[in-house]
Amino acid sequence: MEIARDASSTSARAGAACIEAAAVWRALASVMDPEVPVVSVVELGIVRAVTRDGLEWVVAVTPTYSGCPATRVIEAEIQKAVTAATGERARVVTALSPAWTTDWIAPEARRRLREAGIAPPHPAHANAHMGARPVAFRRLAPSVPCPNCGSLQTTELARFGSTACKALYRCADCLEPFDYFKPH
Amino acid sequence: MHSSADLFDYALRLGDNGLVLSQRLGEWVGKGPVLEEDIATTNVALDLLGQARLWLAHAGEIEAREAPPGRTEDQLAYFRDDAGFRNLLLVEQPNGNYADTIARQFLFDQWHVLLLGRLVLSRDERIAEIAAKAIKEVQYHVERSSDWVVRLGDGTDESHARMQAAVDSLWMYTGEMFTIDETERVLIDTGIAADLEALREPWCSHVHAVLADATLAVPADSWMQGARSRGGKQGIHTEQLSRMLAEMQSLPRAYPDAHW
Repeated sequence: MEIARDASSTSARAGAACIEAAAVWRALASVMDPEVPVVSVVELGIVRAVTRDGLEWVVAVTPTYSGCPATRVIEAEIQKAVTAATGERARVVTALSPAWTTDWIAPEARRRLREAGIAPPHPAHANAHMGARPVAFRRLAPSVPCPNCGSLQTTELARFGSTACKALYRCADCLEPFDYFKPH
Repeated sequence: MHSSADLFDYALRLGDNGLVLSQRLGEWVGKGPVLEEDIATTNVALDLLGQARLWLAHAGEIEAREAPPGRTEDQLAYFRDDAGFRNLLLVEQPNGNYADTIARQFLFDQWHVLLLGRLVLSRDERIAEIAAKAIKEVQYHVERSSDWVVRLGDGTDESHARMQAAVDSLWMYTGEMFTIDETERVLIDTGIAADLEALREPWCSHVHAVLADATLAVPADSWMQGARSRGGKQGIHTEQLSRMLAEMQSLPRAYPDAHW
């Protein structure tokens, strides 16, 4: 968490700003990802910083995928939540670097993903070598446990699913299809 | 030393590849051969469009340094004519049958992932940032298109024949991916652009390996854009781009003040 330097601020005011920043983070924790509404934008790891700029709060957000259509909605929700909690204006800025990774998803959120029928992502570093490999089949992808019954007998139906961040899987034991949050 | 016009042009080259290919892939919406592929194709289109927005917004920022305020991403996408586009000829080629679409994607993806792998080291900080973001998405693209080349190539007689014909007919457009013109030369020398010559060997090796798995023949090199011939990157396009833009740009040109 960062607090922008304010030349006019006394230490008491800086302390108050600190408490307010905590309130902003609390407000952000209530903003759910519109496409995966069991995970907040904080748990998703896309809120990178909360700072103060004059009279407004500046929330730095990093996109999950470049073309994620939820980005605008998330920005609007963040502004609304911060303003409701603090009574002050909020501005959302985009931070591209470092690029978002599913490794930033909070452990608690991973559990809730599973409860919602979405298999949480494997560590993304398993993908780090992908660019150097010519063909897909050469990778022995770790199996994805079924979020419904825990079986490892699952197969990928489609690597591109209902949203940019998910792949579609099917469980051979309980026969249920499910979403897999792709490592990214 | 490169000029700001060189850098602007380079950002357009990066952005227009994504924009044009995304528009092409979007033509499959609701018409994919199976539901999963319809979704996959449009997911890829969405990634490429998101990347194109970042590149074109960067181009606008570069332009603004010389001629403020600079054009927005939308102005660049909708109000340039065909000769103002800087994409590769490959990506503007029509969808054809699904093998044509997959071949176009495969030849491009294999190059794109290598290009971005170099651009993450660009001395232009913004280019490096966008590349680092985009490469994660493109790694999924290259896996999928390579998979499909193998499935169709090593599939039925019909799918094999169509896949081979598709690769053969698009092959001539791949030469342009490795040619370096003066704009790129100065940017390579200043550590900003990717050295395209250096991509040729790994691209060939990856593409040949997939084609071998797919039981497909590597086409013989035919006439291609060489170092001195001008192509998409210099704004000399096939007629396919003009037709595509006529559709893509019609609404904002008819109603220039329209917005979401």
